[in-house]
Amino acid sequence: MPDKDDKEVYHHAGDNLPVHDQHDEETLSEERVRAYWRANVRLLTRLLAVWFAVSFGAGIVFVEPLNSFTLGGFPLGFWFAQQGAIYVFMVLIFVYAYQMRKIEHHFGVDDDAEDEGGTV
Amino acid sequence: MSTQVLTYIAVGLSFALYIGIAIWSRAGSTKEFYVAGGGVHPVANGMATAADWMSAASFISMAGIIAFAGYDGSVYLMGWTGGYVLLALLLAPYLRKFGQYTVPDFIGERYYSRTARVVAVVCLIAISFTYIAGQMRGVGVVFSHFLDVPINIGVMVGMAVVFFYAVLGGMKGITYTQVAQYCVLIFAYMTPAVFISMLVTGIPVPQLGLGAEVLDGSGQTVLQKLDTTLVDLGFTPYTQASKSMTDIFAITFALMVGTAGLPHVIVRFFTVPRVTDARVSAGYALFFIALLYTTAPAVGAFARINFIETVNGSTYAAPEEQGGTPQFFKTFEDIGLIRWVDKNADGVVQYSAGRPFDGPAEFNGKRGPSGERLLTNLPTSNSNEVDVDRDIMVLANPEIAKLPGWVIALVAAGGIAAALSTAAGLLLVISTSISHDLLKKTFRPNISDRNELHAARGAAIIAILVAGYLGINPPGFVAQVVALAFGLAAASLFPAILMGIFVKRMNREGAIAGMVAGLLFTVGYIAYFKSSWFDAVNTADHWLFGISPEGIGSVGMLINFAVAFLVATRTADTPDAIKDLVDDIRIPTGAGVAHRH
Repeated sequence: MPDKDDKEVYHHAGDNLPVHDQHDEETLSEERVRAYWRANVRLLTRLLAVWFAVSFGAGIVFVEPLNSFTLGGFPLGFWFAQQGAIYVFMVLIFVYAYQMRKIEHHFGVDDDAEDEGGTV
Repeated sequence: MSTQVLTYIAVGLSFALYIGIAIWSRAGSTKEFYVAGGGVHPVANGMATAADWMSAASFISMAGIIAFAGYDGSVYLMGWTGGYVLLALLLAPYLRKFGQYTVPDFIGERYYSRTARVVAVVCLIAISFTYIAGQMRGVGVVFSHFLDVPINIGVMVGMAVVFFYAVLGGMKGITYTQVAQYCVLIFAYMTPAVFISMLVTGIPVPQLGLGAEVLDGSGQTVLQKLDTTLVDLGFTPYTQASKSMTDIFAITFALMVGTAGLPHVIVRFFTVPRVTDARVSAGYALFFIALLYTTAPAVGAFARINFIETVNGSTYAAPEEQGGTPQFFKTFEDIGLIRWVDKNADGVVQYSAGRPFDGPAEFNGKRGPSGERLLTNLPTSNSNEVDVDRDIMVLANPEIAKLPGWVIALVAAGGIAAALSTAAGLLLVISTSISHDLLKKTFRPNISDRNELHAARGAAIIAILVAGYLGINPPGFVAQVVALAFGLAAASLFPAILMGIFVKRMNREGAIAGMVAGLLFTVGYIAYFKSSWFDAVNTADHWLFGISPEGIGSVGMLINFAVAFLVATRTADTPDAIKDLVDDIRIPTGAGVAHRH
């Protein structure tokens, strides 16, 4: 089964990986699509962990202990709850958008269909 | 020029702008009416989403809520922004790839079922009408406060303006008016915030001013000063929680998930050209929203300090320059949003923790010895004499800080922009779900594009009339059921869409059972505690796991998931054609082709 190979081939978006050589195939190969999906799910799981940590972690569950530290005049936990979490949310979305471009390009599933010239 | 003339000019100019844009961007086809032709630039869509999202509640009420709730107000800040992460990572790109017009479209196709589609339409309409009544009311309140016209006339003027551009322009008209409305509302919000931050801390950036030292020589930061002042007056410290951690957790979660499941927000991501644009656009939307949302806690904190300093200990009848009660206090008392009971009859306003009197305020039409409005309510035994409506903080801020008339005019135009943009977005999803999901996809599949467009416009007209009626005759429960809109979205639409994308095994039976279970549980719980039908006591001891009705949507969501999986494993597998559809949604390739159909 191709499953195992995909895992080895794809580590991180942007690593030096073989360029998608099946580009000119009529349809997207099933294994490529599956590897793409796994990469996507792995990326978004990691980003959602950060999403959870800054809001529910730093802003709610650990707000009391964090409040003993200060940041720019704010108790730290309070800062996360009313400012910091929101800034991190923004960064997360842009990181996801950027990394997904790379992943899509790597697996040849992006939607710049015109640029690709093929049926991909 | 008087402030009122300036306000008329500001509001009039902004209306002329919106109507001009509507005429310029009229919709000619259903595709333009439903999704603006699918060609909106991601930055423009981000701004439109921000205006769509930020309602009268965000603009007018949020800073006031935070001013009085302190740390507890964080649930709104995190809840109403964190949802965009879920939207960008879990929903928006795939729904864009799916390439249809509405949320029920997705649910109906993915779960190969008319029943599922109709259940989704019911959820959508319930969510959207709950929300829209509040917007129309917001327009009316702004009109009555700034322009001195009755609330009902204000609602009708608002209806007329929305009618013009939502019915003419559809999604295309709405998108470009919302871009303009975003600019108006953010400028209107930031200007007084910068002034007040300068006034209190000397720092022009409110986000930094909130952490800075107060300019009164005490050497305390804004938050330290608030903490000590509030403790002296018998309140919980500003930076500490007064709700239980479980409840704060549940409310934040329900608001986040509910935000991601709100139909009028989701459809905005159907309007961008590519899947990539849907992700980036969510980022821009959150950026534009965060400008206001990170400013609001600063505005709230400054307003609370100003309020306590100018009001507490002031002599009601004395002139303002000699330590008398400030004029804004009397202005808002006149329209019934501030109440003062001179319990110890010393003519001085004393402010501290606790309710000053029992029950909802009722004026008896007479004036007291200091000139204050008298109430029929029985005073309580505590020493607090002041009852304040939280909503006044943003509206009163320019007056509290003695800002020039044009800033006040700007705030009025901004508040109206916030309410109108959200109302228009909601009207559109309501009319679309009627003309497209009910008419075209369920009852009259042979309808022509032209007639469908007529039906969409007709539905928009009816929806505006219903919304206006609700704005003029607000049902008693409206203010209390904002929680319902988020709870419903969290417990019904969000899980169904999420599983539709990420779980191929999820079938028709599972999804419908899940939506219905989540919906019934959430509506039941909120109705049980919030309506007057059950005589339930709405306090923490009586809540399930200590979770308030505001946060129960998160439990509703878990019930939805649990029921859906339970039913799905006991019923027939998803058909292969649908599994192929899911595969297709998951890869971005070909979204451009799909939308040219």
